[in-house]
Parts: sequence; structure tokens; C-alpha cells
Amino acid sequence: MAYYTLRNGPVGRVLAGDRGATRRKVAVSPWLRPLGGGAVALVLPLSLLALWTLSAAFEWLPPQILPAPADVEHGLVEMWRSGDLAKHTAISLLRVVYGFSIGAIVGLALGVAMGLSRTVEDYTRPLFTAFAQVPTLGWIPLLMLLVGIGEGLKILVIAKAAFVPMTMNSFAGIRSVPPAYGEVAALYRFNRWQLLRQVMLPGAIPPIFTGVRYGLTHAWMALVAVELLASSEGLGYLLVWGRQMFWLDAVMIAMVLIGIVGFGLDKVMAIIERRLQRWRFADGARGGRA
Amino acid sequence: MTTSARSGSRERGPLARIKAISLLSPDMSGRDARAPRKRQALRGIALPVLLLIAWEAASHLRLIDPRILPPLEQVARTAIVQIVDEDLLYHLAASLVRDAIGFTIGTVTGIALGTLLGLSRLADRLATPTFNGVRQIAILAWIPLISIWFGFGEAAKIAFISAAALIPVVLNTYEGMRSASNQLVEVGQTLRFTTPQLITKLYLPSALPSILTGIHLALIYSWVASVGAEYFMTVGPGIGGLIIAGRERFQMDLVMLGILILGLVGFLINRGASAIEARLLRWRPT
Repeated sequence: MAYYTLRNGPVGRVLAGDRGATRRKVAVSPWLRPLGGGAVALVLPLSLLALWTLSAAFEWLPPQILPAPADVEHGLVEMWRSGDLAKHTAISLLRVVYGFSIGAIVGLALGVAMGLSRTVEDYTRPLFTAFAQVPTLGWIPLLMLLVGIGEGLKILVIAKAAFVPMTMNSFAGIRSVPPAYGEVAALYRFNRWQLLRQVMLPGAIPPIFTGVRYGLTHAWMALVAVELLASSEGLGYLLVWGRQMFWLDAVMIAMVLIGIVGFGLDKVMAIIERRLQRWRFADGARGGRA
Repeated sequence: MTTSARSGSRERGPLARIKAISLLSPDMSGRDARAPRKRQALRGIALPVLLLIAWEAASHLRLIDPRILPPLEQVARTAIVQIVDEDLLYHLAASLVRDAIGFTIGTVTGIALGTLLGLSRLADRLATPTFNGVRQIAILAWIPLISIWFGFGEAAKIAFISAAALIPVVLNTYEGMRSASNQLVEVGQTLRFTTPQLITKLYLPSALPSILTGIHLALIYSWVASVGAEYFMTVGPGIGGLIIAGRERFQMDLVMLGILILGLVGFLINRGASAIEARLLRWRPT
């Protein structure tokens, strides 16, 4: 799970699924056309739901293995009313925000430094590579012994998960800035700060943002991992607790919520990304004044 | 190179600036600005060596409790004891076999499902949105549900590893099928290829690079998933179980050894996959 970022380009795009992947326009099969484009997608989930309802009604499976949809709905309403759901989600989100911010900032700083200076790269790259080689999941038991199972552990694990893709992508981003830009900056006698601020960072924004999005995705997965292993609050804990109590409705609700929040986080980042890069499109419309 | 750049910065005018910048980012003046290989290697090991020395010193001088930071030689001793007297290799083999079984199931199912979704419009419209929805759930979040459905034994672990391997294979097979050239498909149709022929002679070869990317990712994911499965379903042998046991018994040396093996196996799997991938794609014009 810690390796998405080893490769950018096609793999990254494919993994991202909806990001920039070229989609051929597909015609709807004639006999499905009355349903319309979007509705076809609902056929499968609705059939599964129907099957699930049937299975519960006829008790094909014991409710500890598959609770009735009505039970799950009841559980959802109850957990919503009691505020448990909001509480666990908020705790998880807050942990991700802290951990991700720390990891992303440190990663950005290291990545940019490595990108700008061969010396920094030479010194830090092998150590970084070795560090990144061990998946986040591997570091958790070690960190548990080092810092205990408190809040610090969660923040550290999440920060590590965000740090690795952030460093790799900021590094690649700085290196991808065409040398010609630097030469123009040199003609304008930019000093180092100007060069960094006005040429290097804007030029490296697209890959850096790739890093931000992978970092956030990884941070979210790391949160689930660390909450499953050591936590008494949060969505991951809700999973463990539901498992121990054999309350599958709670487990299912937590799973869906984990999916929705993870998806939502990525979507928010996609919107921010588009906003931050508006100047590129604006420039293009005016015939490019780069 | 460094000398010339330094003398350059004494010059006046734009040229001097370019050279000055090339000090900041030597990339701009070409690859020859790199430090010589030997020095680069020395620089690369400087930090790790310093860290190890600091580690040894801290441990021996009791700056940090040796239980938390055991000296290096103790970790090495644990490694030997574990390999010779205990059954580290057995645990490792168990993890790898489990990994291989789960990976194979996940990859084969994944290629089939990806091909179906990529080639059949009906299947695509029906199932792709659901698949994309389900894969939003972080893979580890499936563990509690899987453990209820399949128990804590081998079946549950293999089901989980297969699921982890399945997702990247489906996505990449799907993309590969989608990106097959329309002209080739038309040629195939003109030659009256049957559907199985179209799939085996045209779609699969043209999707191969993408499928291999998916398989490569699946190899990495399934290894991480094997360890993850062993963390949570601690019945049976395995490296993940060993690490968790080390943590519970507060044996830092064992935990460190486990992590080292984890990273090493991951590294080897990744390297091996890259090599095989490059070999299988030799025919491709680059």
C-alpha cells in the first residue's frame, strides 16, 4: 500500500482511475436504453440489495454472518442519532489532518531540497529509499514500542505515509522543470529565492499535487491500519469493536464511511488542484504569455 | 566542473548568472555536473553510517534504554538465533507461500474481470461503477468483515490477499483493453477473427504492457497484504505474526529483524518484477 508513488505516469493515472484516463464514449445497449445512462450502474447494486433482503427474509445465512439490511439501517440511524458516527469520523479526520500536514510539509521540504541540490540528493537519497522500502504497516509495531500507543503513534504513522509520496513527487517535480526556464530566470537576474518562488515551485506544482493526492490517500489508509491495530476511538476502532461484538451492521457502516471519506478527501484535493492551476489554463486562453 | 562554475561566478553579466544557478541546480548545466560516482557513493552511505554509529553509542552508553534500542550486534545475534535455532525461515516460507497463492488467485480473477469489463460494454455499464465504488474502501478495512466470513485461518488470509492483488490488475487490464488500437481491431474484423481470436491474438497482446504493470503492483500489494493479514489474523506461522509477537513480548530486536526482512523481501519482489517485465516487453519498440 505504500508503493503507489514509485511510478508516475501511466500507472499513476490508471490507479487514479478517473484522473485523466481516456474514456471512450460508450453507447448503452439498446435494451437498457430506457433506463438511461446513469441508471444502468444502479442495476447491479440494487440486485445485490434485493438478494441480500431475500437472504435475510428467508434466513439463508445466520444474522451474525449477514445482518438484514433493515438491521444495518436501524444501526445507522441509531449511531447517527447518538452522535457516535460523527464523533468517530471527526476523530479520524482530525488525526489525518495533523499527520498529513506534518508529513506533507516535511516531505515537500526534503523533496524540493533534493530536487534543487545534487549534494542534498547524494546524501539523503539512499537513506530515504531504504526508509521508503518498508511499508507503513511494517513501521507500526516498531513505533508502538518506541512511542507507545497514544495519539503520537497515529500522527507519526500517518505522517510517514504522507511523507514518502510527497518527497518523491516534489523531487520529481523540481527536476521536471525545463532548464530553459532557469535560463530565462538567469537572464532576468533572479536571485535564488525568486528562482524558487517564481520558477521552480510553480513549474513543479502539477507533480507536487500528484504527491499531495497520493499522500492523502496513503494517509487515510495508514489511519485505518493504525486505528485497527491500536485505538479506542475513530472509524478503524469502530470496525474492530463491531467485529468483537459481532455487530456486523457497525462493521459495514464503518467500512462504507471509510470509503466515502477517503473518496471525499481525494475529490476535495482534486478541486483544490484545479483551482491552484487555473493560471495555466488562463494563460493558455490568452495565447500563453509564459 | 565545480572549479569552472566557481570561476564563472566571478564573471559579470548573464552568463555568470547561469553558472551561478547551475551551482544551485546543476541539472541545468547537464549531467556532467554530477559529483563523481565514488564521491556520490560515499555521500550516500554517510548518513546511514552516522545513524548506525549514533545508534550503537546511544545503546552502549545507555542514553536510550537498550530494550527500546538494542545494540546492532544484538539484532544480528537474534537474526542468527532465529535462523539457526528457531524457525524464522519456516515463518518466511509460510508468508511467501500464502502470498503466492493469494496473488495467483487475485491476478487470474483480475485479468478475467478486467477483460470482461474492458471489452463488454454491457458489463462495463453494469459493473464498473460498482467496482469503482467498492474499491474506495481502504483494503485493510475489509479485514474485520473477512475474518467474520472466513474465520482467522488460511482461507481468510488468502481471501484478503487475493482481494488486494485483484484491484490493480482489474484496473490496469481494463485500461489496457480500452486502449487497443481501433485500426487493429478493424483489421481483425476484416480478417474475420472470431471473438476468442480477437481476444487472444489482439486485445491481450496489446494490453500486455498495461496488464504487466497491474501484475507488478499486485505483487507489491499482495506482499504488504500478506503481512497485514498476519497482523490481524494471528493464527498460523508468518513474518507478520512474528513481528506482532515480538512487539507483545517487547523484543525490539525481533521486531527490527522482522521489519528488515519485510523491506528486503519487498525490495526483491519489486526488482524481480521489474526485470521480468522488461524481459517480457522486449519486443516493444521503445
